[in-house]
Amino acid sequence: MTAVAASKAKRGPISDKTKAERKLAYMLVAPAIVAMLLVTVYPILYAIALSLQKVDLRFPQESGFVGLDNYTAVLTSDLWWQGVGNTALIAVISVAIELVLGMGLALIMHKALFGRGVVRTATLIPYGIVTVVAAFAWFFAFDPSSGFVNNLPFIADDKAWFGSHNSSLAVIIMAEVWKTTPFMALLLLAGLATIDEGLYEAARVDGATAVQRFFKITLPLLKPALLVALLFRTLDAFRVFDSIFVMTRGSQDTESVSILGYNQLISRLNLGLGSAVSVLIFVLVLGIAFIFVRLLGTSTPAGQGER
Amino acid sequence: MQHRGSKDYVKWTIAIAVVVFFALLPIVWIFSLSLKTPDTISDKKFIPSDVTLDNYTTLFEGGLDSPLLRPLINSILIALIATVIAVTLASFTAYAIARLDFPGKSAILAGALAIAMFPQISVVGPLFDMWRTLGLYDTYPGLIIPYLTFSLPLAIYILVAFFREIPWELEQAAQVDGATPWQAFRRVIMPLAAPGVFTAAILVFIFAWNDFIFAITLTSSDASRTVPAALAFFQGDSQFTAPTGNIAAAAVLVTIPIIIFVLIFQRRIVAGLTAGAVKG
Repeated sequence: MTAVAASKAKRGPISDKTKAERKLAYMLVAPAIVAMLLVTVYPILYAIALSLQKVDLRFPQESGFVGLDNYTAVLTSDLWWQGVGNTALIAVISVAIELVLGMGLALIMHKALFGRGVVRTATLIPYGIVTVVAAFAWFFAFDPSSGFVNNLPFIADDKAWFGSHNSSLAVIIMAEVWKTTPFMALLLLAGLATIDEGLYEAARVDGATAVQRFFKITLPLLKPALLVALLFRTLDAFRVFDSIFVMTRGSQDTESVSILGYNQLISRLNLGLGSAVSVLIFVLVLGIAFIFVRLLGTSTPAGQGER
Repeated sequence: MQHRGSKDYVKWTIAIAVVVFFALLPIVWIFSLSLKTPDTISDKKFIPSDVTLDNYTTLFEGGLDSPLLRPLINSILIALIATVIAVTLASFTAYAIARLDFPGKSAILAGALAIAMFPQISVVGPLFDMWRTLGLYDTYPGLIIPYLTFSLPLAIYILVAFFREIPWELEQAAQVDGATPWQAFRRVIMPLAAPGVFTAAILVFIFAWNDFIFAITLTSSDASRTVPAALAFFQGDSQFTAPTGNIAAAAVLVTIPIIIFVLIFQRRIVAGLTAGAVKG
């Protein structure tokens, strides 16, 4: 904490003081960087190495280099493409619904004449709750033998929600939406707070309707916050695992890519094949992130980190 | 905004009521289930006709061998240790980024951002294999290490945003007034930095408390299994009774700390979540 005076950047040759400051800075950042690299970059390289070998812990003596065979096996399997389809479907639908609901929620928190505190508290509970707990709560709600949902009017008493592909996915998406809409809403609320109220006053004076004000002022000015929220939620939705594990464990063809990877790696102990799945998921996420960052362009100072 | 008629009040009341209703619906449902007796657990009613605490007490029968006590202790300790380490490391990093002049700042922030988006499933396999070799499989450090890694980006972003707002000149001013560097740091800077550090700590704790994927892949027994993982492997009293009531009770118990956090620290949580996004 001694480098107080040196905080101004110096021009010209590097002085001893600057050197000392840099040394202190690197010492301070080193532990966090090592921790982050140790659990991400090294394991990913390790996963790439494993994915090029046959490594099945049930048959250790058969291990050996197999080149791209594991990737061929994954990419030609229906299970993988089913998983990619499910994951993409869950991500797209849940993020789309969250965007609409989150916007509504953000507007309520931003504009409500009273009760903002109550709404904020109520909103933060789904955000904070353990995902597995939320998944169980919804699972029990839709469970035909004890859930209240089948008791509601217009719903068949014996509707087996987890007995078919579509209804299972619908419940999974619902649980995801309930859990993560608050996060979307809070990021949008932060964006709303940066918009100058004067703009609305001016538009009102000029006779703009509420709908026009929303589409001509709010949405365009909210675009950076919107894209950041979308980026984080899309990537997060793409990792969907907990809800599916609790509700169906992948039955009725509801496996996401993460469930698929888990089954290969942990249930079947096939590290080679599982690592190929892991690396492919990594590449997919990288691709999605790349597209979003291109969309964001330089419209925000920097995509900011949440989660 | 002059014409705030009673119509507006009705409109907002309905909107707020709908939000609160849906936010609390599953929680009320699981709480109701947790109080039901085995005979009434399938009655599909919101208000239990027969209230019992058996679902809670059986979770702790048998002390450390009980279904929930060990996982609960594991969850608390692992989340607390991960939080302390993550916030300490993130404070060092954020201090350097906010205060010191050195090349590579933006690379660190970009790298942290990349890790925030990283798919955890991609490192589960390698970590599973590495931890078994290193003897970290099914241990506390085996979970603490990935938790602190994946919560560091959030903690760093929050703390950088907070530290940039601190008027650091006050530290010098205090020293000019005769305070030692330690006193200046202790009396002036620490109170100013504390809210940010605390906010980061709450969010890191929630992250570690919530994790499921590492908890089920890197543990194999109650030695280090946390509550979310234990919940997924709960067994009924016999193979014929589904442990719905017990799962519901355990779910309520792990939700209580989160609700308390939210009630007490909601402003901080919102500030923390949005700190990075707005201030950058």
